[in-house]
Parts: sequence; structure tokens; C-alpha cells
Amino acid sequence: MTRGDKRIKVVLAKPGLDGHDQGVKVVARAMMDAGFEVIYTGLRQTPEQVARIALDEDADVIALSSLAGAHLPFCRKLKPLLESGGLTDKVWMIGGNIPRQDHDELRALGFKGIFSTGAKLDDIVNYIREQAA
Amino acid sequence: MNDMTRPEGKPIRNESGIEIKPLYTAADVEATGGLEMIGQPGDYPYTRGIHPMMYRQRPYTMRQYTGFGNAADTNKRFKYLIANGQTGLNVAFDLPTQIGLDSDDPLSVGEVGRVGMAVDTLADVETAFDGIDLDAITVSLTVNGAAAVLIAMYLAMAEKRGYDVKKLRGTAQNDILKEFIGRGTWVFPVEPSVKLVGDTIEYCAQHAPKYTPVSVCGYHIRESGATPAQEMAFAFCIAKAYADDAIARGLHIDEFAGRLSYNFNVFGNLFEQVAKFRAGRSLWAKIVKEHYGATDPRSMWLRMIAGGGGGGLTFEQPEVNIVRGAYYALIAALSGAQTMALCCYDEAYTIPSEYAQRISLRTMQLLIEEMGLADTVDPLGGAWYVETLTNQMRAKMEEIMADVDARGGIVKMVAEGRVQAQVSAQAYAMQRSIEEGQFRKVGINCYRTEEEKPNVEFHPYNEADAQAQVTRLESVRAKRDAGQVKEALGRVRADAQAGANVMPAIVEAVKAYASVGEITNELIGVYGKYREPIRF
Repeated sequence: MTRGDKRIKVVLAKPGLDGHDQGVKVVARAMMDAGFEVIYTGLRQTPEQVARIALDEDADVIALSSLAGAHLPFCRKLKPLLESGGLTDKVWMIGGNIPRQDHDELRALGFKGIFSTGAKLDDIVNYIREQAA
Repeated sequence: MNDMTRPEGKPIRNESGIEIKPLYTAADVEATGGLEMIGQPGDYPYTRGIHPMMYRQRPYTMRQYTGFGNAADTNKRFKYLIANGQTGLNVAFDLPTQIGLDSDDPLSVGEVGRVGMAVDTLADVETAFDGIDLDAITVSLTVNGAAAVLIAMYLAMAEKRGYDVKKLRGTAQNDILKEFIGRGTWVFPVEPSVKLVGDTIEYCAQHAPKYTPVSVCGYHIRESGATPAQEMAFAFCIAKAYADDAIARGLHIDEFAGRLSYNFNVFGNLFEQVAKFRAGRSLWAKIVKEHYGATDPRSMWLRMIAGGGGGGLTFEQPEVNIVRGAYYALIAALSGAQTMALCCYDEAYTIPSEYAQRISLRTMQLLIEEMGLADTVDPLGGAWYVETLTNQMRAKMEEIMADVDARGGIVKMVAEGRVQAQVSAQAYAMQRSIEEGQFRKVGINCYRTEEEKPNVEFHPYNEADAQAQVTRLESVRAKRDAGQVKEALGRVRADAQAGANVMPAIVEAVKAYASVGEITNELIGVYGKYREPIRF
């Protein structure tokens, strides 16, 4: 890890209109317990807002939590915004109700860390430690 | 992880924190307050049920949560469920509708018709209920942020079809305080949101006295991480906040309390849930009688939908959720629920299929038809364990309610994000406990199987349907009287600014085919928008 003692910074966002935030808050707490700095955006973020916050915060990780099915249209819009913000080399992740048949497209869009319902908190944390190092 | 023995010497506690003994006797009932609060079914304080004959006279209403795509698609599914013996409807709206956005709003892209039915104007509500007898089938509208507008649309639709609104039954969820804790379909800041709920209570008390304008939900608070005792205690605190608002307007408790209802969850320990419902029924009766001075017994009745259970269902081994659902339905039936609904086995994956909905419906039906759940009232009454636990759960709820009062009351706690932080800390502790194997979940931390392809049929989402909804909205806008709409919307804003009850103006606006988004925007112009406190 070349970042020295700098803490890993995660921007954790709720994309779109989905209001299910029990999971994202649980994940936020797990990340904080793991020693990461977590910027939780709250509900109803547009792709533009997520990209803006990720850029302003100089995030190492951009993580989305989506449970109401609108993940693909959202990620399709977010991808070019993250790219034009120079955030291509950051870790892009998504979790929640993400059906298996959508995983390939999400990975192709750059959201390589996919943690569907049932994923373990430690697996999420370990993934970030490996990828953001 | 598959060892079923309990470690010796370690106390067993239910989720609400009550220690469970290996054996109960009459002495335990006496030690926790005896049978002082039990009464007879249909008599104060209603521990055993709000009606003397309960399901013998009228079985629970079966009301699966349904809605997707547009009003025509949803109307078809409604008719399918009714044809299969469902006795009520519970309408799911898409997220734009729920938070007061029109289908052509830029924020609605990708969300129109996705998790529920899209409604823009009265025309959609007319289509959704076309051909459905609103006297025979009662309708529950699961909407909160935009509830005032949807209630107005429902009443206007019924009136247009010739129903007498004074006699019309039905329910709106319209419990905005819990939306700030879980579920998240808020629109306005906390205080005007509560005022708006008060407007609907007052309006219905005067114009639609058989309509239930609010169904206070412990359900989603439980889903967000609350214990069963907190679920009910927080819901009572919220119901009191609405009641206080109505009373401050000069209404008497007996003018509206009989038309409040509740929505509670059923997952978890069976006995804890049954005790929760029995305890809650007597506690609510006591609050309404002693704190508010109600004299009409109907005001004291805790009428409820009990069901769902989504938080207990698993993504792993989804077919096992059918069995869980059967136990959840049993819990609701043993608890004297007026209405029941079940989450479907495939809900961690998708919008439920017709097949999955039918299994849930059959589950509820077979308790009545085959298992004898409708034969006698409160069948668990008198069991030493259940009576002891009922006393203990009631004491626990009273303790939690006193704590909320001591901390400044529920409205203040919600506005500051403190209830949210508390339940989310508990949700985290529970998740850790599940992952570490202490709190057992079958298929998750014990009895796992090698991954199989789940037997789940995915509900399709079609962008073209969303575009068709936008086209329909445009055609309604083109046909309506623009001057009338403008005037009606102006009155919504003026009444909101004056602090008046906005319901009469909203009813006029929906009749002029003003849209959900247009009406909501007028209110946002006066009330502003909620800003979520982020607190851990």
C-alpha cells in the first residue's frame, strides 16, 4: 500500500429514488469499524450528484446501494460522469438487490465489485482493502 | 454451525430483550401483573381481540401488496387476485408517484412503473379500479409522501362512479413519520408533513367518516432494525403525534380515533410476536381511554394489518420462504389481525409473480379452511407463557414510550435523526450477530446448501411502457381545462400559505386532472423539501 497511513475514503451513495436504507447504513457502519472514512450521501442522489461528491471528496471508492431495481439506468449514466471526472482508476462498487443477469453489464460498465443481497460485511470490507490499496 | 443444542447456563432472550424461562406456570403470570389487563374479546382493554366473535363472524381480510407498470396492468393483476379469493386490495405505487413526481420528471427516468403502478392524474386511478366493486373490495393505498393527493384521487374516483363518499371504506397508509425512519418516501420537512397528515384526518372525519386516513406503521421501523417491542412502542408514539395534531385543531378523540389503523410486522419468534400484538392491543386501548379520554369503544380498538415479514425472508434457498410465510400467517391469525398480507417467496429477487402471489394467498386461506384458525377467538389465551410474555411485552413498550417522551418526543427525535441512528445501530449489531452465527438464520448461517439456481421468474421492466405512461400524461394535459387547473393549483398554494387545511383544494385540483407532481410542487413551494439528517 503506497498510500502510507492515509485512510481509505469511501463515498457511499443511494442512487435514484429508492428509499431502502437499512442495508446501506449497516454497510456504512461496517466500513467505519474497518477504519475507512465514509461519506454517506443519504437518499435520492442523481448520477451528477454522486460524481460531484466523489470528485470533491477525492474518494478512493465509489459504492452504490440499490434495492429498487433502477441500478442499470443509473450506472449507465454515472459511468461517463465518473470517467470525465478522472475517477476511472477508483474502485466502483454496487450492492443490494442486483439480479445475477445484470452482473455482466455492470462489470462491463466498470462496477466490478458487486455485492448482492446475502453478501457478508467482511467480504465487502476485504474487497475494499484489496482493491483500494 | 448445524448443532441445535443450546449452550448451558447462557440466558435465552427474545429480540425485545426479555429472558425466556424453560418453563412457565401460573406463578409467572401472577408475578408479571396477573390477568388484570386481559378482559374478554370485544371488551376493554381488548387483549384477546377487538370483537367478541372475531374470525367466527368475519375472517381476516386478505390483501396482497400489488402494483406495477401502469394502471391497466395493475387492474388486470387486481382482478386476478380477486378471482382467486382475495378480499381486499393493497396498492403499490411506483417511486415517482410516492414522492410526488410526474412520470415525465427528469428524476423519474428509469423508475416509472418499476416498483409499483405509475399514477400521474385521476385518469390513472380511474383505470386502476375500473370494474372493481369498491363496496365489496376495500382498497388500501400504500402511499405516504404524496398521500394527500392520492386520497383525494381515490375519493374523487369513487364519487365519480356514484359511490357515496360518506359511506366509502378504504385505507391510506399516510404515515409520514415512519418514512423518515425507514422506507424513505418523504417529501416535505417533518413538521409540515405531520400537519398534512392532520389535514387528511380532519378532512376525512368531516367528509369521509368511514375512510381510514392513516395506517400507522411499526412495520417499516421493525424492518429498519427495531425490536418487536420498539416497533409497537414507536408506532404508538407516532400515532399520538397525529392524534395530538388533530386534537389541537379542535377535533375530539372520538371523532377520529376509530378511523386510525395500524400496520405491523410478523417475522421473528412466534410467541414474542403474538405477545406483542396482544400486549399492544391493551396498551393502545389504555392510552386512548386514559390519556385522551375517549368514551367510544371503537376509538380504543387497535385495528391492524399484520403481515409482510420481508425482513425475515432470505435470498438464500428462496423456496424456504414459502414455509416462513406460512408461519408468519399463523402468527397474524393467532394475534387477531383484521387484515393480513404476506411477502412472497421471490421478493428478495423481483416483483412477485402471479404464481408467488397465489401461493401467499392460498397460505392465508388454508389457515381458515383447513387449520381451524377462524374457529375460536384468541386460541393461545390463557397459556402461562403467552400471558406472562404479554404482560412483559406491555411493560417493555411502556418503558420505551416513556423514554421517547423523556428524550423530547418522537417528532423531535425523528427530525434530529435519533430514532434512525438507534435502529440502524441495532440493524448493524443484528447483521454482525447473524454473520457470526449467534442469531440463527436457516440457509444463511446454518443448514446452507450448495448454490442452486433459484426457482424465480423475474418480473420484466420495459422502458417503452414508461414512455407510454408519459404519453398518457401528455394527452390528459392536452384535454383538460388549463384555466381550471391553474386556478385549482393556485388555491392549493394559497391554502398552504394560509396554514389552512389543504385537502379541499387538493380534491378540487385532482378533479380538474391536475397531476401528482403539479400539486406536490405547489406544496413544496410553501413547505420546502426535507433535508435528511445523516447521523450514525
